[in-house]
Amino acid sequence: MAVKTGKYTYLLENTPSVLSFGSVGSKKESQGPLGKYFDVINPDSTFGEDSWEKAESKMVQISVNQALSKGNFDPEQIDVAFAGDLLNQCIGSIYGMRDMGIPFIGLFGACSTMAESLALSALFVDAAIAQKALAVTSSHFCSAERQFRFPLEYGGQRPPTSQWTVTGSGACVVGQSAAAPYIKAVNIGCIEDLGIKDANNMGAAMAPAAAKTIARFLQDTHTRPEDYDMILTGDLGQIGSALLLQLLGQEKIDITAQHQDCGLLIYDRDAQDVHAGGSGCGCAASVLCSFILPKIQKGTLKEVLFIATGALMSPTSSMQGESIPGIAHLVHLSHSKVRKGVE
Amino acid sequence: MALSPKEYDRMTKKTAPNSKLGHNMLVAFFVGGLICTIGQGVLSWLLYLDLPADDAKTISSMCLIFLSALLTGLNCYDNIAKHAGAGTLVPITGFANAMVSPALEFRREGLILGVGGKMFTIAGPVLVYGTAASVLYGVILAIIR
Repeated sequence: MAVKTGKYTYLLENTPSVLSFGSVGSKKESQGPLGKYFDVINPDSTFGEDSWEKAESKMVQISVNQALSKGNFDPEQIDVAFAGDLLNQCIGSIYGMRDMGIPFIGLFGACSTMAESLALSALFVDAAIAQKALAVTSSHFCSAERQFRFPLEYGGQRPPTSQWTVTGSGACVVGQSAAAPYIKAVNIGCIEDLGIKDANNMGAAMAPAAAKTIARFLQDTHTRPEDYDMILTGDLGQIGSALLLQLLGQEKIDITAQHQDCGLLIYDRDAQDVHAGGSGCGCAASVLCSFILPKIQKGTLKEVLFIATGALMSPTSSMQGESIPGIAHLVHLSHSKVRKGVE
Repeated sequence: MALSPKEYDRMTKKTAPNSKLGHNMLVAFFVGGLICTIGQGVLSWLLYLDLPADDAKTISSMCLIFLSALLTGLNCYDNIAKHAGAGTLVPITGFANAMVSPALEFRREGLILGVGGKMFTIAGPVLVYGTAASVLYGVILAIIR
């Protein structure tokens, strides 16, 4: 059973494993530095569908099917699925999972959903109320643009702080302790809002939440940044990452040596014209499931803190001039079951 | 981390890079100028063909609107506008793009609620306030005359 330590962190005593995982991306993702690590790349971003929303649902199906087939699992073996995306009422996940017959819990945590779904899957498995749980999220550049910004063909100029929504999806099957990657702990984040209103600078809106979550996790577990090989944030991008280091610096926490950001890893920022980096639920999910988890499996990465970050605004709240609340959830992934810090 | 929103705003402004204003203005100046030169070229040509001045002006505007709509449909306009910024936004071509791009984007939602309903989402405010301003100036002009 999970044990709460400090105010925000749950240690998973049975250390569930990520049994299998799948990732899918499209053309722009394949042209980035991580292109070769994806399980499936479809250069046609419609994925053969007649709407962008259906294309996103197709990606959910592909990543889930990849995760299931790589672990030799049938959908009937999955006790519960946690899924979410950026579209209104999470239709990307809903239509993607519609025909799978897996008990379904829809989540909205914006771009933090991969950590949120993975954390809940791990908690369900750790508590032995699920044998196998599925965590999956997705985002699609075109479906996100039309919902949050402008039509694709509209001639506008993106400011340097803007980020590029990743067309991708990632899925993990979490089960009882078997082999690395293990999930040792999760930390549920609080909503943080320091008044950023610029929807073109979401990295800045999310950085305070990421800083709080990281600081609280280190405090709760009595560990230091040096205890981890990598502290991986979801999609802070270039500006959000710089702000995160500054915010933690004020708390005398230096994660410069360990910090990486999925939004900065997935694209070559200058060559691919993505301004401050990648973003979206699919950013953290696809980077985790293509590039990070295999490294933890092999042991080239041993202790990883995965902190997916979300900007919890809607087109309505933006139009009404509300500031953008941020959130960040943390999942501690590891190559071994041995614990440091709090036992 | 008891940072106030004001302090964080200052920190963000210091960290976030600004748009390259000089470069953007220069490109906008030349692309915008080029579009206007094309318009002027069409107008001069039509006048050379002995068209009445009023008709020639209308037709040259229509040509630019057509070109902009065509380039929008061919997936070119947004790629030019990415560099040109205000240079493609301010002339009549920007207005045409603002009408055509949502019409294309929301085609999937049907001809009535999609194309018809969404076509004016970007250009609508310009029409509303443009028309309102013209009425206001018309009234003012009527009074001072």
